[in-house]
Amino acid sequence: MNRFTTLTSKIVPLPIENVDTDQIIPARFLKVTDKKGLGDHLFADWRYDADGSPKPDFILNRPEMQGRQILLAGDNFGCGSSREHAPWALVGYGFRAVISTSFADIFRNNALKNGLLPVILDKDTHRHLFGIVEEDPNAILTIDLAEQTVTLPDGRRATFPIDHFSKTCLLNGVDEIGYVLNLRAHIEAFERAHEQPI
Amino acid sequence: MPQTLFEKIWNAHVIAQEPDSPAVLYIDLHLVHEVTSPQAFEGLRARGLRVRRPDRTFATMDHGIPTTPRDLPIVDELAAKQIAQLEKNCAEFGVTLFGLNSAPHKMGIVHVIGPELGLTQPGMTIVCGDSHTSTHGAFGALAFGIGTSEVEMVLATQCLLQRKPKTMKVQIDGALRPGVTAKDIILALIARYGVGAGTGHVFEYKGEAIRRLSMEERMTICNMSIEGGARAGLIAPDDTTFQYIAGREYAPKGAAWDKALARWRMLPSDPDAVYDATISLDAGALEPMITFGTNPGMGIPITGRVPDPDEAPDPSARNALSKALTYMQLKPNQPVLGQPIDVVFIGSCTNSRITDLRQAAGVLKGRKINPRVRVLIVPGSAQVKRQAEAEGLDRIFKEAGAEWREAGCSMCIAMNGDQLAPGQYAVSTSNRNFEGRQGKGGRTFLASPLTAAASAVAGCVTDPRTLMP
Ligand code: SF4
Repeated sequence: MNRFTTLTSKIVPLPIENVDTDQIIPARFLKVTDKKGLGDHLFADWRYDADGSPKPDFILNRPEMQGRQILLAGDNFGCGSSREHAPWALVGYGFRAVISTSFADIFRNNALKNGLLPVILDKDTHRHLFGIVEEDPNAILTIDLAEQTVTLPDGRRATFPIDHFSKTCLLNGVDEIGYVLNLRAHIEAFERAHEQPI
Repeated sequence: MPQTLFEKIWNAHVIAQEPDSPAVLYIDLHLVHEVTSPQAFEGLRARGLRVRRPDRTFATMDHGIPTTPRDLPIVDELAAKQIAQLEKNCAEFGVTLFGLNSAPHKMGIVHVIGPELGLTQPGMTIVCGDSHTSTHGAFGALAFGIGTSEVEMVLATQCLLQRKPKTMKVQIDGALRPGVTAKDIILALIARYGVGAGTGHVFEYKGEAIRRLSMEERMTICNMSIEGGARAGLIAPDDTTFQYIAGREYAPKGAAWDKALARWRMLPSDPDAVYDATISLDAGALEPMITFGTNPGMGIPITGRVPDPDEAPDPSARNALSKALTYMQLKPNQPVLGQPIDVVFIGSCTNSRITDLRQAAGVLKGRKINPRVRVLIVPGSAQVKRQAEAEGLDRIFKEAGAEWREAGCSMCIAMNGDQLAPGQYAVSTSNRNFEGRQGKGGRTFLASPLTAAASAVAGCVTDPRTLMP
């Protein structure tokens, strides 16, 4: 997994609430057997016309937005399906962090496993940040995972919550499956005590 | 200390819990489908691992499978490749597959066949790489959707890392009036509390309205827990549950059944158990529900009017509403009743079980579908299909002018070729009305099978009570 320590980037604002995984990556792009190339289809139906040409007014298609690694979105980001293709597409496109006031549970789990940091800000800071980006679209933000802080362009700092385990995994690029594989003795003991077959 | 149903299941399955870390939860049943598993099996291969408990892992193909007659080839090359990959993975790792070339008579939507085969049992932990795994909570099982990395973890270890969710009691009392169904209960609940209400929580549905429901209806409610933002939905098992399970293929038999039953009867929440939050709904006050917007929380009673964004409580709600109405091409304050439609879809893991089809048939019997409307009726499983045909429902559907198709997810997710054309309106019994969910540019009204069938006849959004005796 990709490590995440600090990130400094300009911001792509997407002031929409309840962005669902069908918007992040429509179902017709799920017919893949690997994780490659999904970034091309990120927000496909908002991003491209019927004939596949980029819609000039969609935020990701603006020339100045290219290469930005932070997505600033509305509340309840990532609701809907469990498709991990959603974080694969976001990471494939180049995002490393999404900022919102809340995330749907499964999306949040999926993001953390792919080195994509879900940053939860309180409502006031979140609104303030949208205001900053509106005034200065080139404002630069710094996210420090170890400190759990976001440093706003005006120097203001806000903290965000993340559980200790996910933080450690992200900071060190630790693989969770390896962690559980090491608990083999516990698993075997549990299985011996619970023999109920299906 | 008194415990909730959730806590009883949770505590019985935590095999390790280090401080500051998520719990390691043992998983009793892992259901697998073709779309969210290929990268997980690939991960196992890369690590040189086997599936730890193939006997607790079952696979089927549902999302991408065509609903055209089974003897026709799969024309979509990508879908065919994904399906072939699942066959290969199951064969290589020793996983039972209910698939086209193995057990086609047991195939179907993963959340329909789990209960149907008796795999889904009270007190279990159940996961699947699919958010509507919450469906299985209707049996008093802790069931939730996971991502593909987690699928890989469960394949490799039969365990999952999980932070303990909070509990929310969802109290639903009152008796449903004629024409109002379980689907209307869950749509009304989400309309009232919002699509994020359950975030971080597991719902437990309680109350007399819930107790009166059949297993199929309870599944419809638990299915859409995820649309309310909840991780899972639970209903305490009772005699209705046990009767449903008894005798099914994978259900315990003989002495094992008696033992299981004794265990299951201990599961319901203790009378004075404490929940982190409580919400409630009076089922007796409900009308049939319909959505007008682009998330499942944008729903109204069918005789209601589309809300006016200018009256929204805050700017972001206003933006969301305006955006939804623009996409749906609906005007503030207009009624939804009478809105012309192009397609009706009756199916999906929300409403494709035999009781759903019986309800739709009750409305369609002796009637003709409006010739402007295309109606797809897609049973949830091969077994549901066979049962419906044994009861003659297929004839009612075909005589009315509907398409009677093979089982699968079909137009719920529009991956298999069954999809809306841009701009088309559909009344759908599925669970998501997101932009483009049923086909790029398609517009979805979510409703019950009764409302869908009535709308098929009229050619526009219709109150089913006007077509009922
Ligand atoms: S029917 Fe729809 S919601 Fe259910 S599993 Fe299939 S795609 Fe998902």
